[in-house]
Amino acid sequence: MEDRLLITPAPHITSSKTIQGIMLDVVVSLVPASIAAVVIFGVRSLLIILVSVFSAVAAEAIYQKLFKKPLTINDMSATVTGLLLALTLPPNVPIWIPIIGSVFAIVIAKQIFGGLGTNFVNPALAGRAFVLAAWPLHMTHDWVTPMGYDALTGATPLAGFNGTGKTVLTLRELLLGLRAGSLGETCIIALLVGGIYLIARDVIDWRIPVGYLGTLALGTWIFGNPNGFFMGDWISGLFLGGAILGSFFMATDYVTSPVTRRGRLCMGIGAGVVTLLIRLWGSYPEGVTYAILFMNLVTPLIDKYIVPKYYGYAHDVQARKAATGGAK
Amino acid sequence: MITIKKVSGGVSVPDKKHLSEDSPIEFPGIPQELVLFVSQHTGAPSRPVVKPKDAVKRGQIIAEPQGAISAALHAPTSGIIKSIEPRFHPVQGRMVDAIIMQPDGLHDDSGALAPIASNLDEIAPERLRETARQMGLVGLGGAAFPTDVKLTPPKDKPIDTYLLNGAECEPYLTADYRLMVEEPEKVVFGFRAFMKASGVRRGIVCIEDNKPKAIEALKHAIEPYDGIELAVLTSRYPRGGEKQLVQAVLGREVPPPPGLPLDVGVIVSNVGTAYAMAEGILEGLPLVERIVSVTGEGIKKPSNFRTLVGTPISFLIEKAGGYSGTPRKVIMGGPMMGMAVKEPDVPVLKGTSGVLVLSKEQVTEEPILPCVRCGKCVDACPMRLQPLWIAAYSERGLIDQAEDARAMDCCECGACAFVCPAKRPLVQWIKMAKNSISARRRAQRSQ
Repeated sequence: MEDRLLITPAPHITSSKTIQGIMLDVVVSLVPASIAAVVIFGVRSLLIILVSVFSAVAAEAIYQKLFKKPLTINDMSATVTGLLLALTLPPNVPIWIPIIGSVFAIVIAKQIFGGLGTNFVNPALAGRAFVLAAWPLHMTHDWVTPMGYDALTGATPLAGFNGTGKTVLTLRELLLGLRAGSLGETCIIALLVGGIYLIARDVIDWRIPVGYLGTLALGTWIFGNPNGFFMGDWISGLFLGGAILGSFFMATDYVTSPVTRRGRLCMGIGAGVVTLLIRLWGSYPEGVTYAILFMNLVTPLIDKYIVPKYYGYAHDVQARKAATGGAK
Repeated sequence: MITIKKVSGGVSVPDKKHLSEDSPIEFPGIPQELVLFVSQHTGAPSRPVVKPKDAVKRGQIIAEPQGAISAALHAPTSGIIKSIEPRFHPVQGRMVDAIIMQPDGLHDDSGALAPIASNLDEIAPERLRETARQMGLVGLGGAAFPTDVKLTPPKDKPIDTYLLNGAECEPYLTADYRLMVEEPEKVVFGFRAFMKASGVRRGIVCIEDNKPKAIEALKHAIEPYDGIELAVLTSRYPRGGEKQLVQAVLGREVPPPPGLPLDVGVIVSNVGTAYAMAEGILEGLPLVERIVSVTGEGIKKPSNFRTLVGTPISFLIEKAGGYSGTPRKVIMGGPMMGMAVKEPDVPVLKGTSGVLVLSKEQVTEEPILPCVRCGKCVDACPMRLQPLWIAAYSERGLIDQAEDARAMDCCECGACAFVCPAKRPLVQWIKMAKNSISARRRAQRSQ
């Protein structure tokens, strides 16, 4: 067999990009944010991350063993799911929360719908939404004070911001992530480093984060201050919640975002609008999770209607015009 | 110089031209046997006019064209016709009649070749078109479309621009490059003959910017002639595709199939074809040889050969120093659109621009994973299609949907499958859909 020439269809060379390589890039891009989480919130963060990743990978392996499917944990997508889920959890959650969240993400949101490529919502966010709905107290009150730093505790600082349009946090605190919040959402610098890495490596399309954050910033600026229009503190609006984490790392999930460039821009803008609606006029303090999940559901619709105009399209338009003109 | 317009899609591919770009064109010699398919061009097969045991001279006609779109076939060297029998056609993938010839080694062309002219002013356009037909000239870029047909556009389609395609965007291949570097005058002579034959005043020579020597040579060669310009394209695959070239150089889009460049006032010919035309006029030599790059990491001495049509590729591989290591894939043509062959005993056709040998290290055999809808194929498609959906429809046998998704527009350049991180054979699925759609259309027509 070895000596025979291989017959496969063209092209005979392919790019070096593989699914595994892309997933690895995503993991690498999240390393700065993960390190920041450990530094800011303590070693327990590492435990949450490891448990979440391990549960996700184990859930995938066990499901595939049970249902006699090919084992696909090598594609590293479960690792990414587990890691992303961990980064959306409060630092003090009981350790069984990431386990349940990961199992839900992998089994219910991903494998039941056919595994990689056929899930219709982002598995990590579905897992987060599930634990958020099931154990809201753990998910909204288990914040800790970063590094013993005297910041707001109890609720997320975003809740206060949404009501007043003001925050006590300085820009430096915001960028470094010295505030209460989910593990991986607070350190903006670490997230931007990872996000820019993904864009530079051509893993994600800048249109989603730029569309998302642009819309959110604009909307916060216009509507974010209860005392009047065009007075909102849009910088805090961008940096206070999970929008940076969500827009670069979650909304850009291939499977659940549109396939065209224009479609991806729409996805970003749409997610920005829904986040604003939830934050400013909804009853939840944070809207990123539901905004992205909502846009995941809209993605098939975007893909149906936002279609590139094929090469030579203009000729067909002309021909049709000529035909209808002739009929008159 | 021409400003390049915005082009849709495309991918950057490793060009690997360094392997053979500095190997001058050589004559590899005459093999023991030549296999000349009666069908090595687009259109009707040619009809043999020789019988077994006939002695033929180099350049003598051995099969004549049948019908309007067809091409004559000539003996590439002198020798005896052994037989006319079906052989495996490497591109059509089926048995096709071939004239089998046993060369006598003398390469005798006495009496068979007669130069037409040494100056273009001496020849009328009709005579040039006739020459193209008589010499069995077809497009040497790959599709092998009969050149005389191209040179005779319908009266209701005015042509304003003739593009000479020297882009050679397929990785590895350097046949066109060597011609441009070594024979720029003849290439331009052939190009001017095409322009005169078709009555087109404006000519543009198109070359990718990764070939500075060719650009320099052609710039110099076109200098004396008004009406011929140079367009330097950024190298990005598939710039040299006919439709992509028209878009990049003129900013026009060819209508969807069956639309042709002539529908937007353009004719495109390859530099190899222009060179062959020049040889036909100046030497009277029909299309019996072409430049073939024999290259790839699996070849000891990557070369550019002036090859007799019908030469087995195994002969060329041997003349290029043989395999280096164990070959894993032998490909006729380039790595993006070429055809992998089972046995290297298949012959060079008029449209064969290269023989590529890849060894194990270059041939990745990665598992096909599910589509994750990353959209990279959509960004890469030069026809602005969405390959992932067409392939998915085809895989599920949904021919109507594949047709609605414009499967027939696919130019099979392979950019989508190249970028696919899941390593899905998108082009193969799209081709399958195209075959089913064509078969259905034929069936509907015959009803």
